[in-house]
Amino acid sequence: MPDEKGHFGPYGGRFVAETLMGPIEELRQAYERYRNDPDFQAELEADLAHYVGRPTPLYFAKRWSEQLGGARIFLKREDLNHTGAHKINNTVGQALLARRMGKTRLIAETGAGQHGVATATVAARFGLECVIYMGAEDMERQAPNVYRMRLLGAEVVPVTSGSQTLKDALNEAMRDWVTHVDNTFYVIGTVAGPHPYPAMVRDFQTIIGREARAQILEQTGALPHALVACVGGGSNAIGLFHPFLKDEQVALYGVEAAGLGLETGQHAAPLCAGKPGVLHGNRTYLMEDKHGQILDTHSLSAGLDYPGVGPEHAWLRDVGRATYVAIGDEEALAAFRALTRIEGIIPALESCHALAYAMQLAPTLTQDQGIIVNLSGRGDKDINTVARIEGISL
Amino acid sequence: MSRIAECFAALQEQGRKALIPYITAGDPNPQVTVPLMHAMVTAGADILELGVPFSDPMADGPVIQKACERALASGTSLEDVLAMVAEFRQRDQDTPVVLMGYLNPIEIMGYQTFAQQAAAQGVDGVLTVDMPPEEAEPLVMACQEQGLDRIFLLAPTSSSERMKQICALGSGFVYYVSLKGVTGALTLDVDDVGQHVAMIRRHTSLPVGVGFGIRDAESASKIATIADAVVVGSTLVKRIEQHQDKPEAIPEEIGALLRAMREAIDAIEGA
Repeated sequence: MPDEKGHFGPYGGRFVAETLMGPIEELRQAYERYRNDPDFQAELEADLAHYVGRPTPLYFAKRWSEQLGGARIFLKREDLNHTGAHKINNTVGQALLARRMGKTRLIAETGAGQHGVATATVAARFGLECVIYMGAEDMERQAPNVYRMRLLGAEVVPVTSGSQTLKDALNEAMRDWVTHVDNTFYVIGTVAGPHPYPAMVRDFQTIIGREARAQILEQTGALPHALVACVGGGSNAIGLFHPFLKDEQVALYGVEAAGLGLETGQHAAPLCAGKPGVLHGNRTYLMEDKHGQILDTHSLSAGLDYPGVGPEHAWLRDVGRATYVAIGDEEALAAFRALTRIEGIIPALESCHALAYAMQLAPTLTQDQGIIVNLSGRGDKDINTVARIEGISL
Repeated sequence: MSRIAECFAALQEQGRKALIPYITAGDPNPQVTVPLMHAMVTAGADILELGVPFSDPMADGPVIQKACERALASGTSLEDVLAMVAEFRQRDQDTPVVLMGYLNPIEIMGYQTFAQQAAAQGVDGVLTVDMPPEEAEPLVMACQEQGLDRIFLLAPTSSSERMKQICALGSGFVYYVSLKGVTGALTLDVDDVGQHVAMIRRHTSLPVGVGFGIRDAESASKIATIADAVVVGSTLVKRIEQHQDKPEAIPEEIGALLRAMREAIDAIEGA
């Protein structure tokens, strides 16, 4: 998976304007060439080790596990990566590819800012021009990350069209790309978009699952009972899940944002409450109305606030290999407080959705069963959001 | 022969080039669209391109995105657009109408249902911006069964191989996107367009339309020396935006713009 046209079952593919088909094909060929190139892989590996700080620990959250009573919970500490989230794994890979393709300019879209920061970071390191598109509403929610990107030398362009969030930033980035295809590399931050992005971003993120699989075997001598990861576009989840896909006994749980509740329509849970359609270059589950117009989303977490999802998740859902559930804003906040107080780790609000589901799952299991939760990012960027909810002005 | 093929055959006989205006259906409200379609025909339009509004028009610039937002705010759906074409057909049986838009509204309606409805209401061709030939087969089949023309975009980035493939799949005419960018962009390199159109003609005998970047009578007449059809969109939509508060003036305003382009195009042909 995917097939040569980028299909995961009925999902995926390439649904873009003709102008982009040439550049996408050029990218696919470059990726096919370099993914098996020992020099490229060696450079990627060295950067992941010495610049990103891999491998990240697999941490046994002993106190938290004991309090919940049940399964032993392990946290894959992607929050300890350089720039504070799993996003950097992918941007290092794509920047190395961009350089080999002779592109001098990186563009990206960002919701919570983590992917934007990760892209701006690698652009600074490799001396590439960098433009980041970000919804105007998200820029307000994530002001510290906007400042970080600007410090790193990136131009941050506010997107004021539509709902002013991630999907609109994606539209703007596509427009930029179509206008500057000659010198520009579009660094997509998740496992969505036209082929080869879903497969390429997945491949760059499977380092998470490969490490976690080896680490859990070493620490416990057994595979875990379950993996839990949050799903916006779904890159951290697919990165953790993929190396376990053939381990049929390992349950996979992807956790979407239920926002104010699935029944309210104010959520960001296309796999739980949407239907298949075509957007942003791929066929996948979408939040859409009966006329095929894309709906606005809601989540406390800007990083999950996206009406679509990666096509491989759509396929894993349909074939039943992974289970997708949804966690609301309130439950995510409760998990934020719990992990911070009990383990001394401040998690990103995105990751809190996965943590909250683990809080439900763990008590239903026994102590000889393990759960790996992907702690996809750290919560520094979110403390303003949480403080505001608590009525505190920082 | 399809209405589009007939139209191009007649124009060729007269030694004239086609003028194809684009508007977004339902912009700024659904009542304006059908009178505007008639006004455009009166002003010299040969084929009408009717945009189906979509919430995320990624290949369009801000002008057409805002038109989509206005049309959606006034409640325009794909069903409504088809009904507008049916209403237009009550008074005009001759002017071809092409629907232009994005795949998802069609996907939700279902390809078969869409193709049947579109043909029944008097649509002649379908252009789906985000559906390259690699993904086109199911919709192409459905359209073919109903006698609808399939109009595909070609871009400056299209390889010769892709041009061949796309020309083989299309019918009615092929639409060359004159620049790398979104609709309403500024730069238009006429020599470059001429070279690409010549390349396309080596692959097909279908008429070639050119759009993106045509803003006024002057640029329209330049393109008319190269192409079989001149497609004009953002300039018209911008004028609609300027008159959104007095929509009753829109048919006349747009008519005046098109008449100027028509005259410029015909003057080149006569010269």
